[in-house]
Formats: sequence, structure tokens, C-alpha cells
Amino acid sequence: MSQKADYWKANLRLISLCLAIWFVVSFVFGIILVEPLNNISLGGYKLGFWFAQQGSIYVFVALIFFYANRMGKLDREHDVHEDKDV
Amino acid sequence: MSLQAMTYLVVGMTFALYIGIAIWSRAASTKDFYVAGSHVHPVANGMATAADWMSAASFISMAGLIAFMGYGGSVFLMGWTGGYVLLAMLLAPYLRKFGKFTVPEFIGDRYYSKTARIVAVICLIVASVTYVIGQMKGIGVAFSRFLEVDYNVGLVIGMGIVFVYAVLGGMKGITYTQIAQYCVLIFAYTIPAIFISMQLTGMPIPQLGLGSTMAGSEVYLLDRLDMVLTDLGFAEYTTQARLSYLNMFVYTMSLMIGTAGLPHVIIRFFTVPKVKDARSSAGWALVFIAILYTTAPGVAAMARLNLIETINQPDGTQLVYAERPTWIKKWEETGLLAFEDKNGDGRITYAADPEVNEAVKIDRDIMVLANPEIAGLPNWVIALVAAGGLAAALSTAAGLLLAISSAISHDLLKGVFTPDITEQQELLASRVAMAFAILVAGYLGFNPPDFAAGTVALAFGLAASSIFPALMMGIFNKNMNKEGAIAGMVAGLGVTLLYVFQHKGIMFIASTSFLGDMPENWFLGIEPNAFGAIGALINFAVAYGVSKVTAPPPEHIQHIVEDIRVPHGAGEAISH
Repeated sequence: MSQKADYWKANLRLISLCLAIWFVVSFVFGIILVEPLNNISLGGYKLGFWFAQQGSIYVFVALIFFYANRMGKLDREHDVHEDKDV
Repeated sequence: MSLQAMTYLVVGMTFALYIGIAIWSRAASTKDFYVAGSHVHPVANGMATAADWMSAASFISMAGLIAFMGYGGSVFLMGWTGGYVLLAMLLAPYLRKFGKFTVPEFIGDRYYSKTARIVAVICLIVASVTYVIGQMKGIGVAFSRFLEVDYNVGLVIGMGIVFVYAVLGGMKGITYTQIAQYCVLIFAYTIPAIFISMQLTGMPIPQLGLGSTMAGSEVYLLDRLDMVLTDLGFAEYTTQARLSYLNMFVYTMSLMIGTAGLPHVIIRFFTVPKVKDARSSAGWALVFIAILYTTAPGVAAMARLNLIETINQPDGTQLVYAERPTWIKKWEETGLLAFEDKNGDGRITYAADPEVNEAVKIDRDIMVLANPEIAGLPNWVIALVAAGGLAAALSTAAGLLLAISSAISHDLLKGVFTPDITEQQELLASRVAMAFAILVAGYLGFNPPDFAAGTVALAFGLAASSIFPALMMGIFNKNMNKEGAIAGMVAGLGVTLLYVFQHKGIMFIASTSFLGDMPENWFLGIEPNAFGAIGALINFAVAYGVSKVTAPPPEHIQHIVEDIRVPHGAGEAISH
């Protein structure tokens, strides 16, 4: 039982971390701080504009695979993975 | 070969392919019809989800909207991709573990209430039908251009094809056809983008081309676009916000949580073999989606630049109307593009000032389809784009219709009203429901509430405000009870619908709007398309409040919640 509770806590911690990054790259860099970031350029892109139209999407993809990978490890560490009885 | 013959050929070949696959894998049992027997590999499932997901709104409409909204169009780019992060972490693995066929089934079981299930069905139908209206608009635009008929005729032809297509196969047919459709649509989207990026910047990758200098010059493409637009009196492309930053924030949030609340996408994650696969499947889906979504900003900016330079030619003269290119004439026939020679000089003036502007109607939804013609690309590329646009619209319409029909036949009839219905009767009922949904959506598609992507955004708002909070609380809050969930869904959907209808008209019939659709009448300047996030907030608050003052859920429900939180012991999706 406490095994399951620990697993769930670890999962929630991981989700919080990932969603913090998710929020920062899209809402913070792409919208709230877009004006100051636009003073920096990345090639022909203004940086804030780049986050809003390109960068945030790349980070989203990376985040999901990072989460899936870490959860796969957590499943095994806490012995709640699906292959257990097979 | 003429463009029209080429278009018939390419569109015909792709259709033969999809229908061939649909017949080859025709659904035999109800289980196959809904979830393809849970044996779909995560990469294949990701690709099919991407096709299901990217509709006429993404393919035909989005880049056109961004072309005119500039930076403000980022709400679609971030909103329609960021939702997958929520889906992968907050919903997909747990719903897969729960192992049921439909979203209302989960809500009905988790909240131990048939009423909750019925409310979920209503929310699902409202959101999905709105979504299908957006698809119908896209299909109508595509058919009107390529059959060279009026938009309304194109729409009717589209309705017929969607009907045949969606009724033929169930999910199994759809999973394999959708993989084929993904290939067609991504090829059709990126090929012209690569050509145009090469032409303008000499850089074949549009994601990099957008940040490059114009071919043969030191000026960056985006700087040039900003300059050309400000010269004509328009706002600067790269800094033009959508109304306000607050509106953009809420709009993006609304699209993100709507993504995670739309039943036709969630249902996809019931079809993977394992909980582990549900997580990575969301990642693969986003990879395939991101290919199109990171290409779209390039398509948008380059299309706008090409459009302007067709009308205001680089040598400083304006386009002589009588000498206009064929693509303009063809689009004029559809009624989606119109010019009016206000000053009688026989030339077209394009400017921000409505007094002077002679390009009186440029329907945003024609931009992606017209883009390769504007750039003068070969006919086969133009034909390919038509096929891709139709693939996108058809695959999503089919997925949505399946979600609607399964909600009615499986959740309402089998689950609540007539539990002893036979499998044949259930399949028949689902097909009748599909036909009815197509008629309603098609009818409303004659006067859509917005451009395709805008209409679809409304659907996301409705899903965001009703379904997402109920699902999330069902997993993350053990103490959420049926009273809270039902009150939350009703409040969230009610507030959002009221807000949308008061500005857009009851059932989107514009003449019944009792508060005009204009910024002065909007709450905090938030447009109706963006209101879903506010509705979701209300949903969460009402649900939490009501659950505090009513009885907690029974013990066995709390055990179910504990059980879905761990992957161990996941079986196949089962009916009860």
C-alpha cells in the first residue's frame, strides 16, 4: 500500500516538474515575456516569436518522451509495472 | 495534363486507397468497430492519432489564419500541440488502465451515476458537432475549388462523401486508413512548403527558411514581411498580438485543455496494448503533429508575402485586374475571394484602410490551398495539396462521427435506456446517429460561425470547459463525488455555451445573437473562441465546492481510483 502511495507521490513530483517547464516555454516565453525576449534575435527570428511559433513545440515533444521514460523507470522501481505477472 | 484532370487523378487515387483499406479491414464486431481490438503499436497509433487530430482546421485553415494574424496566430500553434503534454501526463495512461470504450463510460463508472454519463454524452455531442461544422467548412472550400463550383455545392458533395466514408468502416478501418491519410497529408503539406521556402530563401527546410534571409539579399524574410505590411498600413507581422496578451493566454490555455478533453483523441489511447504505450503514444502523436505544426508558420508568412507581392508587384505597380492570374479567377468563382475596383483604375489596391482596400474578400481558409498556385508550383503539387486537405478533413470528420455515434449507441442506448439491445441493433443505431450528425453539421456549415480553425477553436472551448475537468478530477481527486462532477460539467458547459451563443448566435445562427460579436461586449476582452479556459475554471470551482458539502464517493470508487493510478494489472479494453 505505501509502495503505491510513494509511487503516486513520485509521479506527482515528476508531473509538476514537467508542467512547470511546459508553462514556462509557452505561456511565459511565448506570451508574458514575449516583448523583452523579442529584443534578442535568433537568426532572422525574434526570440519571443520563435518560442511562440517553433521552440515551445520542440520542448513539448521532448517533455513527453522524458516523462514516458522516467515513468517507465518509476514503474519498475516501485514494482507496479504491467509485466509483473507475465 | 490540365490542373483539373490532375486533381481528379490524385484525389481519386488517394480515395481509392482509403476505401480499399476500409473494405479490406471492415469492422465485424462491435469491439472492432470501436477500438480495433487493442493491438495497435504506439508508433502506428501515434501516426493515426496525428491524422485524426490534424483536421481541416490544421491543414487548410490554420496557416491561412496565421498569415493574417502573424504573431497572434501562435495561439493555435502552442494550443494545439501543448495539449498533448497534458494528455500524456494527466489522462491517457489512467484512462487506458481503466480499460473502457468511451469517455462517458469512464465518467459514468467513476462517478457511479447514469446521470453523469448522460451529461457527459451531451457535452461530448455539443463539442463534437461544433467540431464537425469546422470540418464541413474546410471540405466545402476544398471541393468548391477543385470541382469549380459554388461553396454551398461543394459542401453538399462533401457531406455525401463523409457519410459513405464514415459509415463504411469502424475504428479498425479508420486506424489503418488514417495511417495512409497521415502519409498523404504530411507529404502534401511539406512538399509545397519546401518548394516555396527554396524559392524565397534558398533554404529547403521551412522551419529554418522562416528565419533566413531572402534569396539574393541580406534582408531577413520576417523583417521584409514586417516592412511590406507596415508600408501598407497593416500591423507588424512578428509583434501583432491577438487582441491582448490576456486574450492570447486564455485562448492558448483553452485550446490546450480542449485537446486533452476531446473524446475522439482520448479514445485513441484506449487502443494501445499497455499503459506504458499510452504515454509514448502521445509522444509519437505529437512528433507527427509537430512536423506539420512547425512547418505551418513558414507556410503562413511566405503565403502572405507571396500574396502581397502578387498584388503589389515588386516593381512598384499594382496588379492589373484584367491580367490577373488564373488562380484568382478560379477562387473568385467559389465566392471566397472577391475584388471591387473602388477607384476605377482597373488595378487592384491592397491596403489596411477599408476605404481604399479593393481586395474586399479574402477567405482565410483558401490560403493554404491557393498557396502553391500563388507561388506558381507545378500542377501535381497543387493536386497533392487538394488531396491532403481532403485527407485531413475526412479523417477527422470520421473520427468525430465515430465518437458521436458511439456515445449515442453505446452510452445512451446500450448503457442507459435499452441495455438488452443486440450487437446488430447497436451498430445500426450508431450508423443512424452518424448520418444525423452529418446532416446537422452540414446544415450549420452553410453559415459557419467562423473560419474553419475558429469554429474548431469553439469546439475545443466546449470540450475544455466540460469534459477535461471531470476526467482530471476523476483521477487526481479521490474525494470528487457524482454531485460535484455533474454540477461542474453543467456549470462549465453552460457558462461557455451561454457566452458563445450570446455573441455568435444561438446554435451559431448569427441573427439570434443578443449581444453583438465585438470586443466592447466581451468579458475582459476575451473572445468567445477563447472562453473555454474560463469555463473550465468555473467547472473546477463548482465541482470542488459542491463535493465539499455533499457525501463523499463510496469506498469501492476510491479503490477504483487507487487502482487506475498504477499500471500493474491492466487488461484489454473491455465492455461491461
